[in-house]
Amino acid sequence: LGSPLKTPGVNPDLASERLTASFSVEKLTARLDGGAEHTRMRRAIVEAIESDPAFSRENQYFQSQNERYEAAVRRAVHLQKKMREMGWTENGPEIKYIYRWLSGDIAFLLHRVFMRSISVLGSDKQVAKWIPLATEHQIIGSYAQTELGHGTYLQGLETTAVFDIATQEFLLNTPKISAMKWWPGDMGRSATHTVVFAQLYVHGKCYGVHPFIVQIRSLQDHSPRPGVTVGDIGPKMNFEHTDNGYLMLQNVRVPRENMLSRFCEVQPDGTYVRWGSQKINYFTMTTVRISILSDEVILPLMKACTIAIRYSAVRRQSKLKPGEQEAKILDYQTQQQKLLPQLAAAYAFHFINIYLHELFDRGYQEIQGRNFDSLPELHAFSSGFKAMVTQYCTSGVEICLRACGGHGYSLLSGLPSLYTRVLASCIYEGENTVLFLQTARFLIKCFMAASAGQPIPPSVTYLSSAKPGKCPAKDKLDFLSPDVYLKFFQFSRLLSSSAAKLQHLIQSGAEKHEAWNQCTVQLVKAAQAHCHYITVKIFVETVEKLDNKAGIQKVMKHLCDLFALHGIFSNAGDFLYDGYLSGAQMDLVTASYLDLLAVIRMDAVPLVDAFDFTDKSLNSALGSYDGQVYQRLYEWAQKSPTNQQVSPAYGKYLKPLLQNRLSKL
Amino acid sequence: VRFLFSSALSPEALVINDPDFQHEDLNFLSRSQRYEQAIRKSSLMVMKLREHGIADPDEIYWFKSFVHRGRPEPLDLHLGMFLPTLLTQATPEQQDRFFMPAWNLEIIGTYAQTEMGHGTHLRGLETTATYDPATQEFILNSPTVTSIKWWPGGLGKTSNHAIVLAQLYTQGQCKGLHAFIVPIRQLGTHEPLPGITVGDIGPKFGYDEMDNGYLKMDNFRIPRENMLMKYAQVEPDGTYVKPLNDKLTYGTMVFIRSIIVGDSARSLSRACTIAIRYSAVRHQSELKAGEPEPQILDYQTQQYKLFPLLATAYAFHFVGAYIKDTYRRISGDIIEGDLSELPELHALTAGLKAFTSWTANAGIEECRMACGGHGYSRCSGLPDIYVTFTPSCTYEGENTVMMLQTARFLVKSYTQVSSGQRVTGMVSYLNDLSRQRIQPQHVAARPVTVRINDPISLVEAYKARAARLVEAAAKNLQAELNHRKSKEDAWNRTSVDLVRASEAHCHYVIVKLFTAKLSEISNAAVRAVMTELCLLYALYGISKNTGDFLQAGILTDTQVNQVNQHVKELLAIIRPNAVALVDSFDFHDVHLGSVLGRYDGNVYENMFEWAKKSPLNKTEVHESFHKHLKPMQAKL
Repeated sequence: LGSPLKTPGVNPDLASERLTASFSVEKLTARLDGGAEHTRMRRAIVEAIESDPAFSRENQYFQSQNERYEAAVRRAVHLQKKMREMGWTENGPEIKYIYRWLSGDIAFLLHRVFMRSISVLGSDKQVAKWIPLATEHQIIGSYAQTELGHGTYLQGLETTAVFDIATQEFLLNTPKISAMKWWPGDMGRSATHTVVFAQLYVHGKCYGVHPFIVQIRSLQDHSPRPGVTVGDIGPKMNFEHTDNGYLMLQNVRVPRENMLSRFCEVQPDGTYVRWGSQKINYFTMTTVRISILSDEVILPLMKACTIAIRYSAVRRQSKLKPGEQEAKILDYQTQQQKLLPQLAAAYAFHFINIYLHELFDRGYQEIQGRNFDSLPELHAFSSGFKAMVTQYCTSGVEICLRACGGHGYSLLSGLPSLYTRVLASCIYEGENTVLFLQTARFLIKCFMAASAGQPIPPSVTYLSSAKPGKCPAKDKLDFLSPDVYLKFFQFSRLLSSSAAKLQHLIQSGAEKHEAWNQCTVQLVKAAQAHCHYITVKIFVETVEKLDNKAGIQKVMKHLCDLFALHGIFSNAGDFLYDGYLSGAQMDLVTASYLDLLAVIRMDAVPLVDAFDFTDKSLNSALGSYDGQVYQRLYEWAQKSPTNQQVSPAYGKYLKPLLQNRLSKL
Repeated sequence: VRFLFSSALSPEALVINDPDFQHEDLNFLSRSQRYEQAIRKSSLMVMKLREHGIADPDEIYWFKSFVHRGRPEPLDLHLGMFLPTLLTQATPEQQDRFFMPAWNLEIIGTYAQTEMGHGTHLRGLETTATYDPATQEFILNSPTVTSIKWWPGGLGKTSNHAIVLAQLYTQGQCKGLHAFIVPIRQLGTHEPLPGITVGDIGPKFGYDEMDNGYLKMDNFRIPRENMLMKYAQVEPDGTYVKPLNDKLTYGTMVFIRSIIVGDSARSLSRACTIAIRYSAVRHQSELKAGEPEPQILDYQTQQYKLFPLLATAYAFHFVGAYIKDTYRRISGDIIEGDLSELPELHALTAGLKAFTSWTANAGIEECRMACGGHGYSRCSGLPDIYVTFTPSCTYEGENTVMMLQTARFLVKSYTQVSSGQRVTGMVSYLNDLSRQRIQPQHVAARPVTVRINDPISLVEAYKARAARLVEAAAKNLQAELNHRKSKEDAWNRTSVDLVRASEAHCHYVIVKLFTAKLSEISNAAVRAVMTELCLLYALYGISKNTGDFLQAGILTDTQVNQVNQHVKELLAIIRPNAVALVDSFDFHDVHLGSVLGRYDGNVYENMFEWAKKSPLNKTEVHESFHKHLKPMQAKL
């Protein structure tokens, strides 16, 4: 924590990076935390958790799936105790820092989703009944939506819930193998209850997908309830600590009151009543999409940048000038080009995340007041940004991983587990391509409305602005002006040409769905371009509002410029097309972009220091604050079980092999 | 299209039908158990290879890849590096001493080059071997933490010998890197020898069955005769005799890189097979209201993800075969001392190694993502393909460094052309630049009439792009040199441009080789489908890099539209053949190791069967319930 003075033994290669910072790291950290008092609170909580050996993650890279699961359950149980000791509560300000530090390596995360879905979708009576039980862990919940055969496309779910008037119960069934619930976390081994999403049938009529609270295991001996087949889905790329599960239901009965009924209800006589919008069931998901961004998606990128940039300041390889010491790999332009755009993106997404949260907090209040007007826009935002940020961060973490060469491949670098974790986010809570297309559908609607002179939501008004002529920039410095580069991202050509093509296809006789499918590749690009624009715009607006003291605004302006120019550099074809930018101007963009790399290089280590991760939270041999990379790697490797235990392989196979008694094997 | 691939049937049948090679699904085993299984199978494999009299390197490779299902194994370095290095660098006397024991596996060796502090930049290695004429021994030392050998496969637990690369010091002078045979473990007990610290480097992203190791040496003495002395020598009095030619090692590097290009093709083919078969089995959502859910392979976005990768897998297959053939063709010349073709091949393979491994690495991930959630499960086989393949972006030369090696050759060729000489081979397009020099504009500003339905015309477009990017990088480099004093600094400040130039050059070479292959295919139906794939490969590459083609004036806006449109048309054309095209790769289910990619397409039932075997399901109620959950509920 804090300044290098407190930490003796910092590798001089890293210490020297910190002496030349152009801004105050402490002030930037406070800004990222939303104020110095938040920084203090966060550090106090981190300190309390890290000083408790029960939370140590040092051995996690050595553990099997079984050991990881058990450790996660143990930690979750210990956390309950700790929270009581410390006076922390589920609704207190501390909770986000606690979970952030734990990096999700704990059981019962889906238990929290279980509670959240009851709070949002349950009636007051249901909330009063279930939430206290769940809070006290008398029951452990999960959230069973995804099936073997269907994920993002919810209407396709096949589990059924048939209302039986005689007994006033719902009869739940898994009619075929593809209808088996598959993937829900905490369900494979831990959960006693789960919220099951199933097609509701009353009097033979299907009313679509609805949520039901189902008890799946005995509260006495934890064995599966009659009619329930439940288990773990087996090893995955990560999340070894989570018991993602499968669930098969055969004539499982739940009382009528177990259907979550804040927004709709089946009455005792079988009458189906609905209040409010059809889309409300999706609001939980919509908010979950945004709520995962910070801890599950952006944080891993920040950690990966911290590890890769610190390591690149310590690793020396080859010589830049004859006779000199070998150069830090961070001084190579190619290394800067890999890492610094990721760093800029991490900051860009931090700011867009704050913006989205403000937007959704407002939206949430409206919906609580049964005003659903903003739902389509919120839905488009949550889909598009979930897809964009997860995709970008995933590729960013992988770039960091590969930028660390061989040592990045060791689990002890921390990077493989960051990567395999963040990449899951591209799939859960909605597959990204599908989500981009949802955003595109919204954009096309708005575009059509704007063309017809109808009002459209403020976030998309740029769609109706006049087409820009030629870019006026003449010098490479001109491209450092937000007014200039924002215009680039405002371009709506991808969208307008998709709209035109859609119309053309329909007019020439194609059916609507076929026309849509024919345009989807381009529509995905249009949705990406929209999200990219909003991200740059919010970054620019954030920088403008920053305090000019302590050098923070200046360094953030550099990062904002880099984020924007990297976007243009990487999508050159889009901007050269139809001559908005000339070839000569594109060369200036490239030159300006490469110049920025060298400028930001000087602040690279302080910029990751400002994220203020503790060594224990990074859990990386390459990324620690003191930069003692090689020593740590060597010492840590010796603790590997492969070096602690005698492998039976020697006596059984190697020895006979070495002594050339092959035929006796 | 089976005839495109070398026949691999017999070892497949030999191994897959052999009960000795069966074992539990690796996904359910711990790292130690996986190591143990791999050692068991390797021992058997060596025995059976001898039993069946299999000695041809290609056949051994296939046999091994079936035994280990394309996975690394602890004897890889012994078979792939230790034995060949003895053959090429040991004197006859040394071969007498080491080769037969190594062949009979009394000696198991590894190749210890990489250190903690240095990988691709070999000159930076720090291990020392100091000659002591008094005892006629070398004293080996790891003088710093960074000099500890780190990563060699088979070093951690398996080997009893290592070929160690160290800086040779004799008569007070450093003579650079040389190779030494170092015994590291006691024969009989397998305990580390005094002065040797050796162990496993711990868990990695993949390579679970490989005991990548570390090795630290403290004043460890070996006899003078243990330095590999076929080329360089140290005489008993310490006099150093220089090797005759240092380019010879290029040959080995070219060979290894050609293997990586082949691996890129194979790994990407496996991933495509899984993703495309699964996409034909998975039904999702609706295209048309009221109709059954379509196969996800019918969605344009899914085709756009997968078919260009399928085309890429075929392209890389042809590139790998080309390098291997070229290497074979010129290896005769090399033995006879004619090294004239080697520098270009060396430079080209560096770039192609990087280009193909980067592309395949990203492609495998794209395939996994295209399989949604189930792709994330180990049962899909895709996580495993990725973690096994991804280190090839780093080993045998870090990719960015490789790209810059190719760039160095390109700039050198450009400079030769600028000074009036002609260049030959794949870079001969640079000769056209001389005709352009009188005109002030970019090379490619001369009109190239591109016909987007004609692969040969697309080769020209890629050529023009490469020429323009090589020229731009060379000019930027010259401009930097005019501003600054240091050559290295100027090079560094141009390196992003230089990497782009290399990529464009490699891309051109691949499109060219793919196109050239078409005319060799005699079966008309096969040629037609390969032509579609070739067009897709070339056009998709353009649509992903439109900036380069627009900026250089190679394509107009209208043509870019046509390219994008034609890519989508090709997707629909390839769609009916997609499954057949991956079936042609002819991967056996056992080799594919994927529930999603099964030949019979019975995905969901088998996922359930697979999951039931998971270690967490060993008991109906997990022990954690009794240990943690129940006490908690009781207390709360």
